[in-house]
Amino acid sequence: MSTLPSHERVSPRDLSARPEHSPDSPLSIHALTVAYQRKPVLWDVEFEAPGARLIAIVGPNGAGKSTLIKACLGLVAPAAGRVEFWGGPYRRSRIRVGYVPQRESVDWDFPVSALDVAAMGRYALIGWCRPVSRAHKRAAMDALEYVGMGELSKRQISQLSGGQQQRVFLARALAQDADLYFMDEPFAGVDAATERAIIEVLRSLRAKGKTVICVHHDLQTVPEYFDDVMLLNMRVVASGPVGDVFTRENLVATYGGRLTLLDEASEALARAARGGG
Amino acid sequence: MNAPLASISDAASQAPTLTEIVRTLTLTAGFNAKVVVLSAALLGISAGLVGCFALLRKRALMGDALAHATLPGIALAFIIGAAFGLEARSLAVLLPGAAIAGIAGVVCVQLLVHHTRLREDAAIGIVLSGFFGLGVALLSYIQGGNYADAGGLNTFIYGQTAAMLPRDAALMGAVALLTILASVLFHKEFAIVAFNEDYARTQGWPVPRLDLLMMGLVVLVTVVGLQAVGLLLIVALLIIPAAAASFWTRRLRTMVILSGCIGGFSGYLGASVSALTPRMPAGAVIVLTGGVVFLLSMLFAPQRGLLAEQIRTFALRRRVAREHWLRRLYEAQDRGGAPVSIPTHDLVSRGLGLGSVLARVDLRLSGLIEVSGAGASLTERGTREGARVTRNHRLWEQYLMTYADLAPSHVDLSADLVEHVLSPELIDELETALRERKALPERLPDHTEREAGGRP
Repeated sequence: MSTLPSHERVSPRDLSARPEHSPDSPLSIHALTVAYQRKPVLWDVEFEAPGARLIAIVGPNGAGKSTLIKACLGLVAPAAGRVEFWGGPYRRSRIRVGYVPQRESVDWDFPVSALDVAAMGRYALIGWCRPVSRAHKRAAMDALEYVGMGELSKRQISQLSGGQQQRVFLARALAQDADLYFMDEPFAGVDAATERAIIEVLRSLRAKGKTVICVHHDLQTVPEYFDDVMLLNMRVVASGPVGDVFTRENLVATYGGRLTLLDEASEALARAARGGG
Repeated sequence: MNAPLASISDAASQAPTLTEIVRTLTLTAGFNAKVVVLSAALLGISAGLVGCFALLRKRALMGDALAHATLPGIALAFIIGAAFGLEARSLAVLLPGAAIAGIAGVVCVQLLVHHTRLREDAAIGIVLSGFFGLGVALLSYIQGGNYADAGGLNTFIYGQTAAMLPRDAALMGAVALLTILASVLFHKEFAIVAFNEDYARTQGWPVPRLDLLMMGLVVLVTVVGLQAVGLLLIVALLIIPAAAASFWTRRLRTMVILSGCIGGFSGYLGASVSALTPRMPAGAVIVLTGGVVFLLSMLFAPQRGLLAEQIRTFALRRRVAREHWLRRLYEAQDRGGAPVSIPTHDLVSRGLGLGSVLARVDLRLSGLIEVSGAGASLTERGTREGARVTRNHRLWEQYLMTYADLAPSHVDLSADLVEHVLSPELIDELETALRERKALPERLPDHTEREAGGRP
C-alpha cells in the first residue's frame, strides 16, 4: 500500500551548480540516486536523452540498468534527484511514455489473449470503468500486426513462444502511441526473427521522431542497433553517440573495476549519512 | 457445539422422497428452505466473482487470513455491544466488528511483509493463527461471563445456513448485485493490475486503491458469508470456483462469469442437499459441492483437464514410438539395400512404454510394416514413410548443428521431440535454410523422388 513516489524530490545541494536542461529533451535525469536499504544502486546519475534516437543502456549485471528505468517511471522511489519528461514531471506526460517491462516479470499463464494484452496499452486512453471499444481494439490489432503477430492475436499468451510474447509486449507499448519508450531487455532470449522484427520497429519509431531507451545486454550489436549509448555501472561511466563513447577504454571502466566503484560509493554514502545525521 | 450441526429438516430422519428433492431444488419446499437455498446461491455467486479476481491477483490466501481475523472482532463487538446495552447478538453489531477485525488482519499481514524480512506466506500464517487464537480466547471469556444469549457466537466458526432469515437473503442479494456491478465496471482495471502491476502503475492506474477495492469486496463477501458457511470454510468458496473455472477457459471474461456460476451452483446445490439431509451442516456441504465441481473440472475439462493432457501426451508418445520404429527399420534397410527384418523386441523403445507396443499394432494395421515370426520389416509404403521420417530427423539434426548459435533459445522445445511435430511447411523452410548455407546433410533420403519415380 505504498504511495507513488514523488518525482520532484530534489537533493538540496548540487542542483544549483548543474547546467539547466533543455525542456525539449524527452528525458532528463538530474542527480538521480537510488538506494535499496542504504545500499546504493544508482549514484548521481546525470543524463539527457536527445529526441529521435535509439539509446542503449549497457552495463554489467547489477549495474542498476532496470532500476534506472524503474526510477524514471516512478516504480522505485529515488533517494535523491529528479527526472523530467519534456521539462515537466512524469505524471503530466504519462500518456506519452511507453514501457516494455522484462518478459519474465509477469505470469504468462494469465487468462488473456495476445490481443487483450495489446489492448492494455489503450486502457489509459479509454479511462475508468469503460469497456474496450471497437476502435481501441482496432488500434491494438494494428499494433499486433505491426510486430507481425496479427495472425496470433486470439491465442492465449501462454501458447506463445518467448519471442512472440516479447512482441506482444512491444505491441502493447506501440498501441499506446507514445513518444518515448523504455524497454527492459527487449532482445533477451528471443529468436533471430523476433530480433529483426523488433529492430525494424525501433527504426521506424525513430523515423517518426520518437525516442527509444533500451536496456541492452549484447555489446556486439550496440553499434549496429543504437545511435547513443549510456554505459552504466551504478553511475554513468560515459554517455553519448555510440561512435564517441563506445570505446574499449570506457567499456573496461564499466565492466572492470566494479568493486572499487561500489566501495567508493558506499563509503561516500556512509559519509553523507554521518554528515547528515 | 451442537448448533452448527443442525440442519433445517432436523426432524426428518429418513431419506428424502423424490417430491421433497424436487421441491427443494425448485425452491417450492416452503419458505425457510427457499430463503436458505437462495441466500447460499447468492453468496456463492459473490464469492465466485470476487474470488476469481483475488486468485488472479494471487491474493486468495489473504482471504483466509481475513476470515480467521474476524473472530476476535465478533467477540469484541459482542462484549462492547453488551456493555452499551445493545442487543449484542444482532448482526448489525457483530458484522461491523467482524469487518474491522478482518481488515486489521489484512493490514497486519501487509505491515509484516513490508517492514520485516518475513515472506507473505509466513506473515499470513502468523496473523491467521494469532487472530483466531485471540478470538477463541475471547469467546471462552464471554461464555464464562454472565452474558445472556452468548451461546450462538461460535456459529460464526462453522456457519449456520439453516438459521438464515429473509433479511439475510436480502443482504446476500445486495452483496451479489454489488460484486456483479464491480466485476463489470472494474473488469479491465482489475485485469491490468493482476496481470502486470508495474505496467499498470506506469499507465497511471492507482494500484493501491484498486487493490483496496478488491480486498474490500473480499471483506464484504467474507463477512456476510460468515453466518452461512463460517469463517473456517469461507475461503474455500472464494478459491474453489475460480480454480475450477480456470480449467475450462483461458479467457478472463469467461473465467469470471464461469467462476460466479460455479459458486452460485455450489451454494444452491449444497444448501439443497443440506436441507434434505438430516444433520448435514450446510457450509460443509456447499464447500464439498464446490469441491466436486473442482475435481470434475480438473479431471475432465476438455483442454486443460488432466485426462485431456494425458491423452495428448500419450498420443505424442505413440507418434514418437511409431516414427522411431520406421526410422530404425528404414536405416537398417538403407544400409543393407534390401528390406531387412529386425526382431521386434529390439524395436520396443525404452521410456515410451505402452506407446511403443501400440505403435507396432498401429504400423501393422496401416500396412506400413510386415511382421513375420519374431521380426518386422517395412512394406513398400512403409519404406516411403520411413524415408520421410528419416529425412525430417536428419534435417532437424543438421539444423540444430548448423544454427547452434540460434538454438539456445529453442532448446526448451526438447530437440528430440521437435522433429515429430514439425509441419511440412517448416520442413521445407528447414531445407531451404540449410541449402542456402550449403549444409544439407549427406545421404538425405528423398521420399518425393521415389513417389515421382513410381508414376508412369
